[in-house]
Amino acid sequence: MSENKMTVAKAMVECLKAEGVKHVFGYPGAAICPFYDELISSGIEHILVRHEVNGGHAASGYARMTGKAGVCIATSGPGALNLITAIGTAYMDSIPIVVITGQVNSDQIGRDVFQEADITGASEPFVKHSYMVKDPSVICDVIKKAFYIAESGRPGPVLIDVPMDVQLMECDFDYPEKVEIRSYKPTTEGNKLQIKRVADSILKAEKPLICAGGGVFLSDAKAELKELAHRCDIPVVNTMMGLSNLDMSDEHFFGMLGMYGVKAANHAVRNCDLLILLGARMGDRAIVAMDGLENVEIIHIDVDPAEIGKNVNVTTPVVGDIKVILKRLLETVKDEKHTEWMNELKAVKCETKPVPAAKPGTVNPKLFICELNRQLEKDAVVVSDVGSNQIWTANNIYLTEGRFLTAGGMGTMGYSLPAAIGAKKACPDRQVVVLCGDGSLQMQFMELATVMQHDIDIKVIVFVNTSLGMVREFQDKLYSREIAVDLTGSPDFDKIAQAYGIKAETVTDISQAESAIHNMLSSGKPYLLQVIVDKEENSII
Amino acid sequence: MKHTISILVENHAGVLARVAGLFARRAYNIDSLAVGVTADENVSRITIVADGDDYTLEQILKQLNKLIDVIKVRAVNENELLTRELVLVKVNCTPAQRSELISIAKITEAKISDISVNSITLELSDYSAKIKNFEELLRPYGIKEIVRTGTIAIQRGSASLTI
Ligand SMILES: Cc1ncc(C[n+]2csc(CCOP(=O)(O)OP(=O)(O)O)c2C)c(N)n1
Ligand SMILES: [Mg+2]
Repeated sequence: MSENKMTVAKAMVECLKAEGVKHVFGYPGAAICPFYDELISSGIEHILVRHEVNGGHAASGYARMTGKAGVCIATSGPGALNLITAIGTAYMDSIPIVVITGQVNSDQIGRDVFQEADITGASEPFVKHSYMVKDPSVICDVIKKAFYIAESGRPGPVLIDVPMDVQLMECDFDYPEKVEIRSYKPTTEGNKLQIKRVADSILKAEKPLICAGGGVFLSDAKAELKELAHRCDIPVVNTMMGLSNLDMSDEHFFGMLGMYGVKAANHAVRNCDLLILLGARMGDRAIVAMDGLENVEIIHIDVDPAEIGKNVNVTTPVVGDIKVILKRLLETVKDEKHTEWMNELKAVKCETKPVPAAKPGTVNPKLFICELNRQLEKDAVVVSDVGSNQIWTANNIYLTEGRFLTAGGMGTMGYSLPAAIGAKKACPDRQVVVLCGDGSLQMQFMELATVMQHDIDIKVIVFVNTSLGMVREFQDKLYSREIAVDLTGSPDFDKIAQAYGIKAETVTDISQAESAIHNMLSSGKPYLLQVIVDKEENSII
Repeated sequence: MKHTISILVENHAGVLARVAGLFARRAYNIDSLAVGVTADENVSRITIVADGDDYTLEQILKQLNKLIDVIKVRAVNENELLTRELVLVKVNCTPAQRSELISIAKITEAKISDISVNSITLELSDYSAKIKNFEELLRPYGIKEIVRTGTIAIQRGSASLTI
C-alpha cells in the first residue's frame, strides 16, 4: 500500500478526480462539510442547485450526454431524502449516477439524532447498489466500485453514504485501477447461436420492424442501429426513451409507438411479422400498441436478462450489450430490401391531419415546435418535461444529429430544467432547449438561479395552458369533469424570468414564433419563451 | 406452486434486508426464510420457500441475480432436494401422559429436549409435511408453544451449490 495518507474527505475528492469527474451537482449541509471543504481546491466545478432533487436530475442529464456517471451530492437527513425522486427517476431510465451523501456521526447512527435519515434503506428500492462507509480504509475501493457498477451492465444509480466522522478519519489514498466483484459479472457478448437465429429470422421476415429504446444510447449503438436498418431495409420505431437514436430524417424512421405514439409507428407494430426489441423494456405505455401480436416473432435484445420476457412474451432472447451484439449481427446478416413494407408505412406516415386554427391569443404547440425545428441547430439537445408538453415535443420535434432527453420511465415533473443544466455542462457547445409546461416549470424554476449563477446558456420554452393539461385531459375522458388541475394564480413567467435577470418574451400568436425563437436562439444567454396555449389543447394533436 | 430457492450472498450487513425488500416490493410471497453462514465465513446462504407460478419464479431468480451482493441463485426441483425444518414443541403433559408422549417421540424420531412436572418439550428435524403431521399428533395434548425454523435445503447426490 502506498504511503499516501489523507482524510477520507480528501480521498473522496481524489477518487472523483481519478475517475475524471469535472463537474458535480449538489447542495451542502453540516454532515457533508468535510467533503465540501476538500472540493475547494480540487479543480472540480461544483454547481450549486437550488434543491437537491435537481442536483440528481442534473447529474442524470450530464450522464446521458457524457456516457459517464454523473455525480450529485447532498447532506444527511433532509438533503438526502430530497434526492429520492431523482434517484428513482434515474433508476427507471437506467441512467448512471453516483450519489454521495453525508451521514450523521457513525456512533450516533440509529438514535434518531438531528438530521439522521436511513438513506441507504430509503433508497434501496431505487438504487442499483448502495454503500454505507464505516471503515475509512475501504473508501477508494467503494468509490471505484460505485462508478463501475453505475456505468456497466444495465446502468443505474449507486449511492455512497459517508458519516461525518468517517470523512474526517485518516486513510491511505490508493485508487484501484480495476475492480473485481465476484457477484457482479454483467453479460456483454451475446450468445452466438442466438445471434445467428436473429439473422435467420430477419432473412425470413417479410415485414420486420425494429423498436429501438433508450438502451441504444446507453450502449452507444446509434451507428450500428442505423447500419442494420439500412442494410436490411428495416423500418424503426422508437419508445419515448429511444427518440433521436435514429436520425428522424432517415426514411426508416416512423416515430414513437404506444399510447401516446403516432399512427405510423403503431400501424407498423400491429402489422409486422418480426419485431426486434432493441434496448427497450416495453413499459406499459409502449405495450398498448402490441395488443394481439400473438403470431409475431419477437426478438428481445437487452443487457438485462430480467427485462426479457417480463412484459412481453419473447420468441428469441439475446442477452448482452447492444453494440456488441449488433456488430456481430452485422457480420452475419445479408443485405435486403423490403420495399413493399416500407411503402405501406410511408403511406401511413404521409397521412396528415389538418391543424385546426388556434383560438385568438393562443398558439398551436405543434406549429410552434415546427418553427423551432426550422431554427434549431442540427445537433441541438432538446429536453422535455412531463405532461401534454412532453407528448407535443416527442411527436413533433425533428432531430437529425440532435438528442432528445426526457424522464420516460418515472414521468417526473420538474426533470427538464435541471437535466438541461447537466446536459449543457456536458456539452457546452451544443444548443440546449427545455420544453415544459406551466405546472412543471413551477416545480423547478428555482433552478433559473443556478442557470444565472453558473452562466449556463439554456433556453426555456414554457407552454402555458394554465392547467395541468394532461391530467385535465385524463379527468375529462374518465369523469367528464375536472378537479385540481386549474393553475390560476400562477405568475407571469416572463416576469419571473426577468426577476432572475433572464430575458424573456411571450408568444400569443404563431406569427410571433419565428422572431421570438430567433431572438432566443441567437441571444447567447439564457432565455425564456412563454408560449400561450389553449387550455383545451389535448396531448395528441 | 411452492419453490425452494437457495441464494449465496456476501456476508455483509444489510444483505438480508435487500433480499427481503426485493420480495416485498415486487409482491413475491415468502413462505419461509432461513439464513446461515456457509463453510466460507464471507458467504451466507439464504434459503427461501416462495409461492408463485413459473413466470414469477423466473422473475424472482432474475431479479435476485441483479442484486450486487448475490453471488449465486438456484431453484432446484422439489424431488431433487433434501429439505429440513426444525421444530420445538412444548406440550402439556401430566406424569400419567408421559409414556404416551415418549412413544410418539419414538415413532416420529423426535427428541425429548426438556421435561417438567406438567410439560414436555419435543424437538424434531424433518421435512415440512412430517413436521405438520407431528404437530397434529401433539395437538390433542395441548400445545403451549411451538417454534419452527424456516426450511433449509440441500441438493441430493453429489451436486452442490458453492461459489
Ligand atoms: C412529480 C409529479 N407529480 C405529478 C405528476 C402527474 N402529472 C402528470 S402530467 C401532469 C400535468 C403537468 O402539467 P404541466 O406541466 O402544466 O404540463 P401540461 O400537461 O399542461 O402540458 C401531472 C400533474 C407527475 N407526472 N409528476
Ligand atoms: Mg400546463
